[in-house]
Formats: sequence, structure tokens, C-alpha cells
Amino acid sequence: MLEPFEFGFMQRAMIAATLVGGVTAAVGVFVILRRLAYIGHGLAHSIFGGAVVSFTIGFNFFLGASLWGAFSVFLINQAARRRQIGGDAAIGIITTAAFAIGIAVISRARSFTRDFEAALFGEILGITTQDLYVTTGMVVLIALVLFLLWKPLVFITFDHDVATSYGIPVRWVEAIFSLALAATVVAALQVLGVTLIAAALVIPPVVARMLTDSFPRMFVIAVIIGALTGFLGVYVSWFVDVSSGATVVLVQAAVFALTLGWGLIESRRGFSAARRAERLAGLERSLND
Amino acid sequence: MATVGVDALVRLEGVALGYEGVVALRDVDLTIAPGELIGIVGPSGSGKTTLLRSLLGEPQLYAGTATVADQTRVGYVPQVETVDWNFPITVEQVVLLGRWRSRRWLPWVSRADHDRAHEVMDQLGISEFAHRPIRALSGGQQQRAFLGRALVGSPDLLLLDEPTSGVDIKTRHEILHQLAGLNTAGVTVVLTTHDLNGVASHLPRLIALGEQTVLADGPSSEVLQPGILERAYGQPMLVVQSGHETYVLPVPEEAPGAHGDALPPPEVVSVVGRPDSDQDSDPTPDPAPDPTP
Repeated sequence: MLEPFEFGFMQRAMIAATLVGGVTAAVGVFVILRRLAYIGHGLAHSIFGGAVVSFTIGFNFFLGASLWGAFSVFLINQAARRRQIGGDAAIGIITTAAFAIGIAVISRARSFTRDFEAALFGEILGITTQDLYVTTGMVVLIALVLFLLWKPLVFITFDHDVATSYGIPVRWVEAIFSLALAATVVAALQVLGVTLIAAALVIPPVVARMLTDSFPRMFVIAVIIGALTGFLGVYVSWFVDVSSGATVVLVQAAVFALTLGWGLIESRRGFSAARRAERLAGLERSLND
Repeated sequence: MATVGVDALVRLEGVALGYEGVVALRDVDLTIAPGELIGIVGPSGSGKTTLLRSLLGEPQLYAGTATVADQTRVGYVPQVETVDWNFPITVEQVVLLGRWRSRRWLPWVSRADHDRAHEVMDQLGISEFAHRPIRALSGGQQQRAFLGRALVGSPDLLLLDEPTSGVDIKTRHEILHQLAGLNTAGVTVVLTTHDLNGVASHLPRLIALGEQTVLADGPSSEVLQPGILERAYGQPMLVVQSGHETYVLPVPEEAPGAHGDALPPPEVVSVVGRPDSDQDSDPTPDPAPDPTP
């Protein structure tokens, strides 16, 4: 049972997956409540393009991918302001185009097929100590942004149209949050890969939402689920010999399925209890009559 | 938005307002003094919300000047239709959003904020729902929770967009009673309403919008006149006075009176005016405005 902890690369992978799982869930809470799940998915693909270009020109991967992601968000915001385009179409066009740039670069330089796969599906077991430091730094930075912007972010997420009336600088807060989202995707790229990031952003917050009607509680539950499933996913992947990123998402999906099933059983129980109470009340009434 | 002296809380002079290059209202001249209770009426799309939000400095100003007194704290209660009801938030948390500026860089609230929120919830009679999700409340209770969010910042000027929309008569009465109480306590209240009979006729001052401008501004008895209402709503209106109550009724096309036919005079009411009457020759005195709904 403790075998995975004996290896340095597994230790690093489990720490990285726990950190990334927690932070993607934290950002994901705001993403799903603002119904932006699509932008998370699109941004992951967009940042893949940035990662490939950075690799090709020998630029720092994290910085290059983050700048690419931030630029994509800026373009999406600009395009979405035009009434004829709309937010969903802007996300579709810009993120797919950015992804296509990555594919085009890869097809010209066929030498790094392995890196291409790593970016697509994640390569958490290849995380170095330096990578872990960078990932930790990014996670701390994102957590700090959420901490400092908590009140305006909650207000905007709940009642966007009115936030400006209460003096909240909505555009600034949204711009900073977009950067934090881009940074989250970059941090998660090596752990989960482009194709699986959207699931990690969405599943833990959705499970938390099913469990509570209080926003602060939802946030805490989502972060715990994200971090735990991140850790468990990598740990389990050692024994089942499956890609770590895929295992993390499968563990999260299992938690979602269990929560959904439990919720259905509970609601049936509640319904049955209500029916029983109703029948008993009817019986009592008829006895009294 | 610039600032003005203490004599007027808000002053709009020759203002043209709108969004994204489209002018919604033009030639608006308006002064709001501290302590007033004002209603904005008009048909859908006439610019009621635009005018209300202009007091927050939101719509684009295409002409004129809009000024608000220095240090004015403004509270805003939106139409509840704009809210995301799936959001997991309790009544207490909604009210506390109004204090976001206090300790703005920390996620948690201070004891003083918490106490102030509970003071406001007590005042509005929603303390018992403090820990209930907002979506589990009735329309009137939800409206009061949003009123609480506006009041928790101790505003001098309270702006409400359709505060009685979608609530029953009893709740409407309670909300209006609370607003009148706040007004008596010194809060300037400006609200928009579609309800001419249940709300507008009880307010001391009304602003009627139509034809992209302010058609009338004055005591409700002067604004609720058939000629003004027909211009605003594009339909003949009958205004009936019964004691201190004023009733506005749309006149159907085929109804007597709409084509100049004589209306049978009601037995217990006095007719202040109707579309085909001559206002100048109407001897009926204006009813006294009722400042307390």
C-alpha cells in the first residue's frame, strides 16, 4: 500500500496532483456558477497552442503558455463585446484557432511527438522538483487572487448586472479572474493534459453544489474533493497502470456518480417518507371522524 | 457624475441617456431633494430603469449634466428577475454583500458587519430566514432580502426597480409600508413601478415617462391625468377618484367613452377626468396626496 510513496517521482506527482486538484476546483466553483464551463474547456485547447509555440522557440513553457492564455482571454472579451458575435461563438473561434496553431507547428516539426502527447494527456510522472516549485508558486498566486477578490467575485458571480451599481470594478475583477483561470489551466496542463482539464474544473464544484446550498461551504467542499481526488487518482494509477491524468478524472467522475446516486436515493426516501406521513395523517383524520 | 450642494441630492439638466449609442431618454430635467419619496411610471421600454440607474451614474450620458450631492450613499434594489436563483447563497449572505467594501481584501466579515446585517434583517422581518437559501423564500421575502442588501450600507438615497413586481397585495402593502417608514426616517426613496393603482397613486411625487422623455413631474394627483397617461401609454385612460383613492383604468376601444359616448357616472366615485373630458373645465379638486401607503 505504501509502495508509491517510496519513489521520488510519485511523491512529486501526488503533491502536484493534490495542489492542482484543489486549485482547479477552487477556480472551477466560480467557473460553473458563472456558466463558463465552455471557456475552461476552450482555454485548455488554446493554451496547448501556446505551449507548443513556446517549446518550439525555446521560450519558458509556463510563461509562454500563460501569456498565450491571457491573450486568448483578451481576444475573447474583445470579440464577445460585438453583438453580432456573442460570447460562445467568440470562445469557439479563438480557442480553436489557437489550438490549430499548435497543431500546425507540430505538423511542421515532427520531432516532438512525445511532447505533443504529454501536453494533450498530461505527464505528471515526469514532473521535476523545479516543475513542482513552479506549480506550487502558481497555485499560491491563484489562491491569493481568489482570497483578495473573494467579496467582489462572489457579488459578480451572484448578481452580475447589479455589481457595478454597488461600486464593484467589474471589468477589472473579471480581467484578473480570467488571468487566474488561464494560470490554472497552465498549472494543470502537465498534470492532466489539455483533454482532461475541463473535467477537473467542473466535476468537484458540481459535486459540492449537489451537497450544499451555502456558497462558502460549496467552495470548501469543492477544494477538498479536488485535492483528495487529485491525490487518490495518482495513487490509484500506480496500481492499475493507467495514465495518471485519466485516473484523476475517473476518480472524480466516480465521486460524482456516487453523489448523484446518493441524492436520488435520498430524494426517493424523502418522497416515500412524505407519502407515508400523508397516509398516516389521512388515517388519523378518518379515525377521528 | 459631478457633485452638487446639499440643497438637492440629485440634479439632471438637459440630460440625454442611453446604452451603446442608443438614446433612451432625452431632455431630462430633474431635481431630487433630500427626504423625497418619488415614483417613476411609464410603459415598458419607456426608460424607467435607465432613468433610475442614471442616478447611479451607469447609462452613458450623451448630453447635459448629471450631478449628485457629495458623500451620498446610494442603495440599489434591482428587479429580482435579474438574479441567478440557482446560486447557493443564504439570506444573511445576500444582505452581507451590501457590505463588500468593508474589509474588502478579506473574505470574511467583521462582527460589526454581521451585527449590522442582523439589525437590518430584524427591521425587515426576515431574521428567521437568515440561514435559508434565498431561492427557498417567497417573492416578498426575496424582495426584502435584496432591500436588506441595499439598506445594510445605510444609504441616503434608495433606488428600487419594480419593488412590488410579482408579489401579492398584502406583501405589496408591507413593502410600501416599510419604504414609507424608511422615508420618514430620512431616506430619499426613488422607485419605478408599473402599478398605477396599488403603488403610484399613493406616492407624493410621480415622474411620468413616455415619448423618450419626461412627460410630467409633480404630485401624483397632477401626473395621473388622462391626457398625460394617454401620451405615456398610447391608450385612453380613465382616472377615477374615490375618497382619497385614485384609480386608473384603461379604456377599451369598444367601451363606451372611448368614442366620445357618455360614460354612466359611478354612484360612489367622482370622475376626475376621462379621455374625452375637458380638463380645464373640470371643477373636481385634486385629491390630497397620501404620503403613507
